[in-house]
Amino acid sequence: MEQRTAKEITKLQELAYELKVGQAMTKEVITVSPYSTMAEFMEVLRVNRISGTPVLEEGRMIGIVSIEDLIKALAAGELNATVGEKMTPNPVTLYADEPLVHAVSKFSELRFGRFPVINRAGELVGIITQGDIARAMLRRLEVDYHEEEIHRYRASHIFEDIIADEIALVFGYRVAARDFERAGEASSGLKRTLSRLGIHPRVIRRVAVATYEAEMNIVIYTDGGEIVAEVRPGRVRIEALDKGPGIPDIEQAMQPGFSTAPEWVREMGFGAGMGLPNIQASADEMKLESTVGVGTHLDIIIYFDERKGT
Amino acid sequence: MKLREIATALDLQVQAAAGKLDVEVTGGYASDLLSCVLAKAQKGNIWVTLQAHPNIVAVASLLDLAGIVITEGRKPEPDTVEKANEKGVPILTTPHATFTLVGELAKLGVVGVD
Repeated sequence: MEQRTAKEITKLQELAYELKVGQAMTKEVITVSPYSTMAEFMEVLRVNRISGTPVLEEGRMIGIVSIEDLIKALAAGELNATVGEKMTPNPVTLYADEPLVHAVSKFSELRFGRFPVINRAGELVGIITQGDIARAMLRRLEVDYHEEEIHRYRASHIFEDIIADEIALVFGYRVAARDFERAGEASSGLKRTLSRLGIHPRVIRRVAVATYEAEMNIVIYTDGGEIVAEVRPGRVRIEALDKGPGIPDIEQAMQPGFSTAPEWVREMGFGAGMGLPNIQASADEMKLESTVGVGTHLDIIIYFDERKGT
Repeated sequence: MKLREIATALDLQVQAAAGKLDVEVTGGYASDLLSCVLAKAQKGNIWVTLQAHPNIVAVASLLDLAGIVITEGRKPEPDTVEKANEKGVPILTTPHATFTLVGELAKLGVVGVD
């Protein structure tokens, strides 16, 4: 439970960095003139159901006036005083392109009810309250949640929605030789896809480890190849195929610690001779065939019922 | 313990994914061999290594690790930082050697998982 809460707080913090003040603010700003009376200002608040407004003189913001100023005026019997006399001049503002987290910290630091929002030219473009911030975050959370739910729903129901005697979903990933930049994208793409299919995280971990090792083998040792994952109810089969040069002695290659990796690859932390053994440890079934000069075909199966522990 | 608390306690420099530090650290693993990490490191672990190239991000992301600490004053390559920000994998650095840092982590109660 504690972890869950921590995760949610993190998500909100992330949103506070992602969202801009301009996305959360209210754009239709009600304003008053400094020459209006406090009685007129009270009417503005009542009609619009708001608790404060910026004060504008010839289009230029010169202050902010709030319900607190109104209460003070009421208490002093000064409803005929002008807004200009009772307002707070030179209000603290926020820029529309600032991250929302700046607004959050200004609210907690200064404890004001609202901040006028200006653009970089200094023009008033909106107003923001803590309610606006909460609504913007909730809207965004809802959108994110819906998107992921829709992906998950669509994916995890696909086996139920399809009518066939046999169902198989096939995902193919191309793997380029010696492309260390994009290395890992096939396995991370497959990991994400399986997670959307609603497959158990422990199974996904085994698939991710096996696929990453297979992918790196193609990147490091071969002239390129592909990874094909075939998902059927109850199991996933992963095939890694390459265009050579092939493995002369498979038994030797399967020995933990045996590696033909060049020094520069070892320096990156690859080539420890643990790739194929890791694949074997992750897979329920494994077949490795290779013809020198033609290529290698790795074929593994991982069952969803976890007949093998992690 | 949260990654953020660890970073503060051990004076680690955050190099990437600064928005992802509020993750609970479930333990630790140290190795420069990626296959060993793949085989042993568990979800939520902090990984201590000398490696600084972009492939460490793929490994950490595949295993849902909490973050990576690069030791001995090495800095992550620019591509590593870019990938780490994209995948949301925090990368931290320390001038200390791996052995020293792991010792400090252990004092904080972050332990190995084997």
